[in-house]
Amino acid sequence: MADKRMEDGVVAGRLPAKELVANFADIHPPLDHHEASVAADRCYFCYDAPCVTACPTEIDIPLFIRQIAADNRIGAAKTIFDQNILGGMCARVCPTETLCEQACVREAAEGKPVRIGLLQRFATDAAMEQDAQFYERVASTGKRVAVVGAGPAGLACAHRLAMHGHDVVILEARERPGGLNEYGIATYKTVGDFAQDEVDYITDIGGIDIRYSQKLGRDFTLGELRGDYEAVFLGMGLGGVNDLRIENEAPEGLEDAVDFISRLRQADDKSKIAIGRRVVVIGGGMTAVDCAVQAKLLGAEDVTIAYRRGQEQMNASRYEQDLAASRGVTIKHWAMPVDLATDGGKITGIEMEYTKLGDTRLEGTGERFSLDADQVFRAIGQTLVPDDLSGAADALEIVAGRIATIDAHGTTNMQGVWAGGDCAAGGEELTVTAAAQGRDAAEAINMSLRA
Amino acid sequence: MADIRNDFVGIKSPNPFWLASAPPTDKAYNVERAFKAGWGGVVWKTLGEAGPPVVNVNGPRYGAIYGGDRRLIGLNNIELITDRDLQTNLREIKEVKAKWPDRAMIVSIMVPCEEQAWKSILPLVEETGADGIELNFGCPHGMSERGMGAAVGQVPEYIEMVTRWCKQTTRMPVIVKLTPNITDVRYPARAAKSGGADAVSLINTINSIVSVDLNDFAPEPTIDGKGSHGGFCGPAVKPIALHMVAEIARDPETAGLPISGIGGVTTWRDAAEFMSLGAGNVQVCTAAMTYGFKIIEEMTAGLSNWMDEQGHTTLDDVVGRATPNVTAWQYLNLNYVTKARIDQDKCISCGRCHIACEDTSHQAITNMVDGERRFEVIEEECVGCNLCVNVCPVEDCIDMVQLPAGATDERTKEKVSETYFNWTEHPNNPTAAKGTLEPAE
Ligand SMILES: Cc1cc2nc3c(=O)[nH]c(=O)nc-3n(C[C@H](O)[C@H](O)[C@H](O)COP(=O)(O)OP(=O)(O)OC[C@H]3O[C@@H](n4cnc5c(N)ncnc54)[C@H](O)[C@@H]3O)c2cc1C
Ligand SMILES: Cc1cc2nc3c(=O)[nH]c(=O)nc-3n(C[C@H](O)[C@H](O)[C@H](O)COP(=O)(O)O)c2cc1C
Ligand code: SF4
Repeated sequence: MADKRMEDGVVAGRLPAKELVANFADIHPPLDHHEASVAADRCYFCYDAPCVTACPTEIDIPLFIRQIAADNRIGAAKTIFDQNILGGMCARVCPTETLCEQACVREAAEGKPVRIGLLQRFATDAAMEQDAQFYERVASTGKRVAVVGAGPAGLACAHRLAMHGHDVVILEARERPGGLNEYGIATYKTVGDFAQDEVDYITDIGGIDIRYSQKLGRDFTLGELRGDYEAVFLGMGLGGVNDLRIENEAPEGLEDAVDFISRLRQADDKSKIAIGRRVVVIGGGMTAVDCAVQAKLLGAEDVTIAYRRGQEQMNASRYEQDLAASRGVTIKHWAMPVDLATDGGKITGIEMEYTKLGDTRLEGTGERFSLDADQVFRAIGQTLVPDDLSGAADALEIVAGRIATIDAHGTTNMQGVWAGGDCAAGGEELTVTAAAQGRDAAEAINMSLRA
Repeated sequence: MADIRNDFVGIKSPNPFWLASAPPTDKAYNVERAFKAGWGGVVWKTLGEAGPPVVNVNGPRYGAIYGGDRRLIGLNNIELITDRDLQTNLREIKEVKAKWPDRAMIVSIMVPCEEQAWKSILPLVEETGADGIELNFGCPHGMSERGMGAAVGQVPEYIEMVTRWCKQTTRMPVIVKLTPNITDVRYPARAAKSGGADAVSLINTINSIVSVDLNDFAPEPTIDGKGSHGGFCGPAVKPIALHMVAEIARDPETAGLPISGIGGVTTWRDAAEFMSLGAGNVQVCTAAMTYGFKIIEEMTAGLSNWMDEQGHTTLDDVVGRATPNVTAWQYLNLNYVTKARIDQDKCISCGRCHIACEDTSHQAITNMVDGERRFEVIEEECVGCNLCVNVCPVEDCIDMVQLPAGATDERTKEKVSETYFNWTEHPNNPTAAKGTLEPAE
């Protein structure tokens, strides 16, 4: 087979199949028993531990680590799931370097935090492999709750509602559950079919009926849901993407990073996914990093992330930035796209302008440069699709492009409607935040249904 | 550079570190490796009577407990005395001693409690050219059931009797090795002295069951579903050994009796501590069995560096220096007042001091100050107990600071007095005898 590494254009199979498999393998292989013992041993069992405060789901981290250290891996898993039923996915995808591990006192002491994420995986993997189920439903209440979206927010909400004895129907627009766990998270963070396995593990509790290809705004309206169910939880994430706001938005070679990532995640054979020789990713968040790194792993020769502000402002953590750098991705700060160069409808390059912070807002400096590119990805943030919400009798309040919530439990201004996860205002756009908000909304819904 | 040569009851060695009688000293091969590594001397693994040697179990003979990072901190064994033929041992002892004349060669012996048994073996040992003998009155398992080891060591009269037999029979210095499995170590030590012992060595291992196999419900180490008690040693026993050494060193009846300190010696510091409490040298077993003989390099270098730093030129400058400072509780100065102080720059905010003091002690450490996570000592509540210091994971982060005379103790609202004042004079003490200021010892 001819080497396609240096072929211009957007080409599939740049790397030999074996190399691709290795590239997309588990980025942090699981700890073995010995590694876990050593790692667990480092935990100080802090009082009112800072790591717990730093975890959006407030898992009792010192307790579960002490349980691992005392050879009670399954008990450790229960401690985790008590707070976060998606503890398995979070163990893989949480940016722990900005959450629990950043707060770890051993980060302060030695610059080396306890490896909380990997220990969490050590515990949850064991329980899930054994299919150890910890929760039973209480007597049925006969109340029905609709959950829109089978992403982390919806799943966490559904599980907690089911525990409380309510019957849950999840209405999911796509053909598979998991939301961005299934379609968004980088392949090397959640290898195998983990997202699907986790959904099975969660729904094992019973009382959760997932209906696929059911899209709010297309197949039913919010008003109908409110009529048919006692309560509604909105956890549909952010379906739209921001525009680049440049002239030429539709040439061949321009794609949304999330679409590319989703195609890649769903492809069993990565050599079927075409990638450019020179790739530019516009954006500064986790999506940009995941897109750039995976482009590199597919065999792109040059990959550049162009971000319009400085390193400090990047949403991707320092760790993520370093990861990108270590995979050979170039990160260019203070640069924004102004135009795409095309030839016969295909991208050949991108014209950029340097930026600076003006008095009030970011502005171009007037100085321009261009990068060769045969593929450009947009990773400049996802947006709520307002059309999905149409049909509601009284309008849901939206702030800053997100559904407004009036308390910490995701209560919206609309009677009987709660929201959580990416679609709701407040909190970082993270799997773990979605899990926390889904869970907390379920508690609120339960209170209201039992009132 | 400090001179760390050791003269223990006339037995000379280049340093005060001997390997204790145990597996590391069971044959020429090991002992020669030890001498090559730099050990000052050995106490050869305990010899028994001529005739068929004892047999050991053929399954596991050790068990352990661990500290952080699976560091072995306590070892338990059910091994017996040497299971090799007496003649082989004697021949090897002789060869090794001849090859390494500058190293101390002590031979540990345990034979039945009959005069003839001791009188027969001593000339054989003497003939090897060994520097001294150690009477093993300590082995707590296997041998004691046969009326030897700890069975003798627990009866002061027997100790005295056997020691006397040995002293009458041999020119060699006699070191009596004591068992800790008694209530008051001063009695066996006094008995050894009365019998004419040149020195005592302690401790031997402590009766123990180190763990239980929870699948088989059997003590570990488990032999075919059963386990028996063994002898415990290693870092975990050091505090017990230090106390016993100090008790003998400061007992007027045994004052001046040389002591070879044993039990958990792992670094130079442990050795310095034993010696400062009155040991003339130390013996090591578990540390060598855990890390190999190379640890001697750290021990000798560490001891000598410390002595240089402190201006101690010979071991005599160190031995017994801490003994006079060991006293009974009732003579501790009640006017010595301390308060904990937390160095906020070193504090990593784990909160362990807070929860320890809050849950189990005196509610004297904050966890919040002005709405921020912060750990500060509340002087009004602090009794100066030191628990916070002990549970803090960062060395020197929490200090105990003495209140100077004249300062007010915020807890009692009383001024700190500069006079020494102890329990014997305290008004709350019903038996307080006015004027007993000096320790009675
Ligand atoms: C590329 C990428 C990488 C990421 N990497 C990480 C990471 O490493 N770590 C991390 O913590 N976070 C990461 N995130 C963020 C994280 O994935 C999200 O914060 C999280 O998935 C939000 O969960 P959610 O349940 O709110 O929404 P989603 O996961 O988006 O799930 C929403 C679900 O609702 C469905 N839906 C949407 N609209 C409708 C409708 N109208 N009707 C019915 N169903 C609908 C969707 O199909 C989907 O299944 C990443 C995000 C992206 C885009
Ligand atoms: C496996 C083993 C065997 C031992 N055998 C003997 C012995 O034969 N004679 C003896 O006097 N002490 C014996 N001991 C006790 C040691 O000499 C020593 O007194 C004890 O282990 C405490 O020192 P340590 O803490 O440095 O190990 C043995 C110890 C161990 C671990
Ligand atoms: S010394 Fe004792 S009483 Fe004082 S703060 Fe520390 S633990 Fe509390």
